[in-house]
Amino acid sequence: MTTLVRAVRLGGASWRLRPRAVLVTVLGLAALALLMALNMRIGDLEMSLAEVIGGVTGDGPANLVIMELRLPRALTGALVGVALGMAGAITQAIARNPLASPDILGVTTGASVTVVAVMVATGTMYGGTSGALAGAGVPVMALGGGLLGGLAVYLLAWRRGLDGYRLVLVGIGVSAVFTNVKYWLLTIGDVNDSTRAMTWISGSLHGRGWEHVAPVGLALAVLLPAALFGGRSLAALRFGDDTVTGLGVRTNLARSLMILAAVLLAAVATASAGPISFVALAAPQIALRLAGVAHPPLVISAVAGGVLTTGADLVARTVFSPVELPVGVVTAVLGAPYLVYLLIRARREART
Amino acid sequence: MSTTAPPSRARPATPLHAIHRRRTLVLGALLAALAAAVLLSVTIGAKSVPLGDTWQALTAPTGTEHDIIIRTLRVPRTALGIIAGIALGVAGALMQGHTRNPLADPGLLGVTQGAAFAMVLAIIVFGMSSLYVYIWFGLAGALIASVGVFALGMAGGRGGPTPVTLALAGAAVSAFLYALTSTIVLLDERAMDTFRFWQAGSIAGRGSSIVWQVLPFVAAGLILALANAPGLNALSLGEDVARGLGQNVARTRAVGIAAITLLTGAAVAACGAVAFVGLVVPHLARPLSGPDHRWLLPYAGLIGAALLLAGDVLGRVLAWPGELEVGVVLALVGAPFFVALVRRRKPVRL
Repeated sequence: MTTLVRAVRLGGASWRLRPRAVLVTVLGLAALALLMALNMRIGDLEMSLAEVIGGVTGDGPANLVIMELRLPRALTGALVGVALGMAGAITQAIARNPLASPDILGVTTGASVTVVAVMVATGTMYGGTSGALAGAGVPVMALGGGLLGGLAVYLLAWRRGLDGYRLVLVGIGVSAVFTNVKYWLLTIGDVNDSTRAMTWISGSLHGRGWEHVAPVGLALAVLLPAALFGGRSLAALRFGDDTVTGLGVRTNLARSLMILAAVLLAAVATASAGPISFVALAAPQIALRLAGVAHPPLVISAVAGGVLTTGADLVARTVFSPVELPVGVVTAVLGAPYLVYLLIRARREART
Repeated sequence: MSTTAPPSRARPATPLHAIHRRRTLVLGALLAALAAAVLLSVTIGAKSVPLGDTWQALTAPTGTEHDIIIRTLRVPRTALGIIAGIALGVAGALMQGHTRNPLADPGLLGVTQGAAFAMVLAIIVFGMSSLYVYIWFGLAGALIASVGVFALGMAGGRGGPTPVTLALAGAAVSAFLYALTSTIVLLDERAMDTFRFWQAGSIAGRGSSIVWQVLPFVAAGLILALANAPGLNALSLGEDVARGLGQNVARTRAVGIAAITLLTGAAVAACGAVAFVGLVVPHLARPLSGPDHRWLLPYAGLIGAALLLAGDVLGRVLAWPGELEVGVVLALVGAPFFVALVRRRKPVRL
């Protein structure tokens, strides 16, 4: 395959543009829009695609249902997926490790343990105050726990500078503490509370409204452009420290800012929909194989994350309908076989 | 980075006999630590048994209450701790060596999640309720998942799977199986109730029959692991160099993965999700042993056993007269220690 590369300049910054990458991005966005529309058909009132589009543009009879209930849920899914895909791409670039995900930044595990603690402590076993506190407070708790987890990993990993390898190892340690406390909390509580907590930690988009869209949308509006401008330093960070410094990048500053972006993206995503598994790990790996590049590309990873999450939500709502599965269960069921297929195909191509 | 030798190599070469002496000393120290952990594990528990009675129970039992506690509860529990600890430590070192990835835990090839899925399936489909039956299901699930991952890694190419392919295929299959397990657990409360305790990881109340069930698998895994060490040393120079040295790369990988599967599958089926031991232990052993797997593997095994037993004893002390699961204790105590170690010195890279 011929690898065409074009340069795009904007002020002092410039990006290389590969036609294949642009094509993949456009196709990905189209797939995302289609999946969101299909998702919005489902509900107590079945709608045709035309009715859905009419509802969004404002002149259909279903306008209220679409705008109040279905669009916010679809948007939450898409934006959460985009945020997770992006956070995963950044984490894998900094850790220089395809197995890395925001889990090892302490974000998702920190959020999980906080929410499980709240659910078990306020659950049926201790008088049933669960409804109010666990309902309204969960996103805030998750955000707080996620940010604290990320901060803990960052501070513990900092020692006269930030080393990607040490970050990974410290992240494993901190995440292991959170995860096992979570397991322990699940064993001490009432089995009903444990099941409820288990639903949340699987990641769910059930009943998500505009109040869930706003934080993720806001975070993406700020962080997406910032991360794209930082993308050049991120590309440089894939080399060894000496090379990076030689390229004129302030390694510690660049790494810290990119980690901050990944932590914030993962934390708001987790607060909105729970720790949806596998998206942040798989989206960058799927993206780099689709785009035919060597390292996780930011934009395509983000789009891949959105497509994976929205597609998974569609499946989660239709397969056992009317029972709805948590979306996080399906992301892995859909994403894992696809990633394996890409792995096998890449090896076949390498051989021929 | 790769052109400069680490500082310890830049010093005037250490005489060979000094290296041998140091390695033997470390081995002795680790054995002593394990012996101390065994002693504590047999003597400490909800019921305090004096040392004299403990000794009598082990050597000349007369059927007293103390004798029964020691012989039917604490000795099997300690034995399982030793076996599982050695298995996970060695499997962890092998896994990180083969994938050359410090994030690789011995459950990476789908072993832990395979065992979990098979056990949950056994609960809901066959209505199994006895721990003794789960173990066979868990073991079978672990073996099937691992073979499946290896086959996926092999697909589409000769010469064996690359470490990255293997790690990613393992992560994908694990995520897939975990998703299926959570679906079942979310829909079936009885499965959830068993699963949440298995997930926390424990060596309590397993009885001696389970020890005898897993022992052959661990023994076979250990033999394969030790046979694999020289080949793995060659592989860590890179596949091309290893091939140039006359190594059969595909066979070395296959033997290593068979060993990891047997060791981890047996440990996980018997004790639950305690794979964290296998993730941490190699990082503790590597600074002592250096990169030579012939020494790294035994060190990791001994450290793994001592750590698992120490964690179990601590769990009995911390929540006395109740207990904390060993998996939880290991994470609570082991992980901060691990983080401190990582911060204090430059980590030995793979």
